[in-house]
Amino acid sequence: MSVTLARVEPSIAGVGDYIELMKPRVMSLVVFTALVGLVVAPGHVHPVIALTALICIAVGAGAAGALNMWYDADIDARMARTAARPIPAGRLAPGEALAFGMTLAGFAVVVLGLLVNVIAAVLLAATIAFYVVVYTMWLKRWTPLNIVIGGAAGALPPIIGWAAATGGVAVEPIVLFSIIFFWTPPHFWALSLYRTEDYVRAGVPMLPVVAGAEETRRQILRYTLLLAPLGTAPWLLGYAGPCYGIAALATGAIMIALAFRVRTERRGHLASKQMFAFSILYLFLLFAMLLVDRMSAGPFGHGAA
Amino acid sequence: MSPAPLARREGGAGETGIRLTEQQQRARRARSIAIAVALGVLVALFYIVTLVKGPGVLERPL
Repeated sequence: MSVTLARVEPSIAGVGDYIELMKPRVMSLVVFTALVGLVVAPGHVHPVIALTALICIAVGAGAAGALNMWYDADIDARMARTAARPIPAGRLAPGEALAFGMTLAGFAVVVLGLLVNVIAAVLLAATIAFYVVVYTMWLKRWTPLNIVIGGAAGALPPIIGWAAATGGVAVEPIVLFSIIFFWTPPHFWALSLYRTEDYVRAGVPMLPVVAGAEETRRQILRYTLLLAPLGTAPWLLGYAGPCYGIAALATGAIMIALAFRVRTERRGHLASKQMFAFSILYLFLLFAMLLVDRMSAGPFGHGAA
Repeated sequence: MSPAPLARREGGAGETGIRLTEQQQRARRARSIAIAVALGVLVALFYIVTLVKGPGVLERPL
């Protein structure tokens, strides 16, 4: 009696493909914002424990990226921006990405809980679950508010960093969470304005696809008008010094100016592309100034608890 | 880009087997090395943290 076995091809995926699965650019932003949350937290953390926390957060972010690529392989194949990713390009099987992501997520959360503290581990697990289950599997394909609500996942790392340092949560990291939360919509909507055909092809209900470019430009301006003053909150509340305040005011003004240009843009996508590019610099500069401000403040900070 | 095809081997007694191509072998070797490095880093991490925290390595705030 002969038995026909299913033909299973050995993997040709290289290390670079697995690294690409983890979305290293997103990982670097996550690690940076978590680092800022950890550094601005009161008290002292041993550098080895801090490094352990950051490694776990980085691996957790990579796990979330891998699981997102696993689930969204069908959408990624239909979009020019993402068609070259490892799964749609055929270099990696979906099952490999799923196993990789689940393993990394498990290790990141367990190691963070064992070596740092449980609260940070729970927050990391919640962040991964929110990004994969709530955003990727549910909101992304269902509502134009996908990146508004789903943006909470990207905004949590400063809270995780703070929790890793203090074992708790406070108002200060929630302010940092709010800055990233309100930054996310104008950032991604600016991108989606000049990638609308991609999202139409993939069937993703991004705001320009559902409500049109005009409404998207209006919403970008509204969220930017909320974001710019929020960016100054750490200074106004006494958690950061005047250097941070000046940087927040200047970069916030530039964001508002760009948002007005996006609002009035009638042809082409130059303003949208500039807005998208500057928004990355804006967030990086704000958090970098927080880091510089904290390191130059000395042991007593700026009146934070 | 589709995965490289398998090379099948026919043995004298009608056996079949799987022989990896050069590309598949190289990829597998690279992945194995990467896994070994990652596990080594994990072991080193636990060791260093044990040195830092002393005997109560699992004593940490909730």
